[in-house]
Amino acid sequence: MYTAPFDYRRAHDTQEVVTWLQEDPDNTKIIAGGHSLLPLMKLRLASVARLVDISQVAELQGIREDMGGLRIGAFTRHAQLAKDPAVREAAPLLASAAAVIGDMQVRNRGTIGGSLCHADPAADLPAALLALNAELVIAGPGTERRESLDAFFLAPFITTLAADEVLTAIVVPRMVPGAKSTYLKRPHPASGYPVIGVAAWVSVSGGRVEDCRIALTGIGPVPFRAARSEQVLTGRAFSREAIAEAAREAAGSGTLEDDEDGYKSQLCQVYVSRALGDIAQGAG
Amino acid sequence: MEDSRVVPVTLTVNGKAIAREVEPRTLLVHFLRDDAGLTGTHVGCDTSQCGVCTVLLNGEAVKSCTVLAVQADGADVLTIEGMEEEILHPVQQGFWEKHGLQCGFCTPGAMLTASYLLSTHPHPSEQEIRESLDGLLCRCTGYETIVRSVQRAQEIMDERRESADRETRAI
Repeated sequence: MYTAPFDYRRAHDTQEVVTWLQEDPDNTKIIAGGHSLLPLMKLRLASVARLVDISQVAELQGIREDMGGLRIGAFTRHAQLAKDPAVREAAPLLASAAAVIGDMQVRNRGTIGGSLCHADPAADLPAALLALNAELVIAGPGTERRESLDAFFLAPFITTLAADEVLTAIVVPRMVPGAKSTYLKRPHPASGYPVIGVAAWVSVSGGRVEDCRIALTGIGPVPFRAARSEQVLTGRAFSREAIAEAAREAAGSGTLEDDEDGYKSQLCQVYVSRALGDIAQGAG
Repeated sequence: MEDSRVVPVTLTVNGKAIAREVEPRTLLVHFLRDDAGLTGTHVGCDTSQCGVCTVLLNGEAVKSCTVLAVQADGADVLTIEGMEEEILHPVQQGFWEKHGLQCGFCTPGAMLTASYLLSTHPHPSEQEIRESLDGLLCRCTGYETIVRSVQRAQEIMDERRESADRETRAI
């Protein structure tokens, strides 16, 4: 299957990417791993006059320590995230979510930046990165801005990224020492995409939940934090009752569409409960 | 298409450099099949699901229907045609001995997926083998024998390593 014809350019630095985007922002697309964009172009659901390949832009690659956290280049592939020692040490939640994206071949090509910018509501990484309080570094014409991931997703496949901007890095704060985390997903049996994915971490001190963060993907039009569940848990004993109560609040923390039969709310409750249960039992 | 510019692409396929001018929209799988004439790599679903088109790109298993040839410019590619050296590759031998194929359509992708797994996990558990095959659809549903073939391939790799070690020690 062929895509429609397009012009291809290979960028060598971020400035070049921005310049080419600026020339024709509406008809230019960045290609990273291509595992979201190429299938759309092949099905002719997306038409692009010019593709800008960022695979050779050194600034967009690599993972390094940054102010106590990690600075992850936007062109970091899922397989790299899953096995990188620094990620596994500082943000194991991110590594475990990356390890269950798609399949092995997809993880060898897909990138963290591509996944975020494509903003598929059923992507795995947004849940982990929301729970980790990640921040995005975005370059545009003559500027660089930072944005919390919390504000990035506007609607399915729509983000705050302007047509002449490029995501350059994802800054992930180091997880609280001793915090336990998990990414629990119910994959769709055919596609592998999460019907629901729950990313959570909990830090317990003296038998009480000192801090926690829970985020959901796949289940709503945009990934969201289960802020109400977090509020229920924080300061409480990490007990079965607290988990059950927190799980009941998960669906109400975000927006679910087409939930007249309550199936999605039920999934939120069950999967948040299971994820927190896994963490409580140390299986996370 | 006359209106589309062509771009130069050079790939090293199974150890041999192949340079062509292609349209940017040429997929790696089309480059391999139509430009390099290597039709062992099959096109299955063409929507990044089935993994039948899996090849090794710089040693990593990728679905060649979802990579542009220009994205692979300068890379090393291994296809099913390049697996055998003098004797069958352990994965080929394993599939042969354990009948890891029925119709054979997915077999090139299955073998390259398996060889990638064994290059990264020399002693995978059965669970790891099954997980690694998640990106491969066998429409004959012949997974049991594929799993056994991968297990056998791993044994053959160990056997060959041991016998190579013995020969080295003998010298």
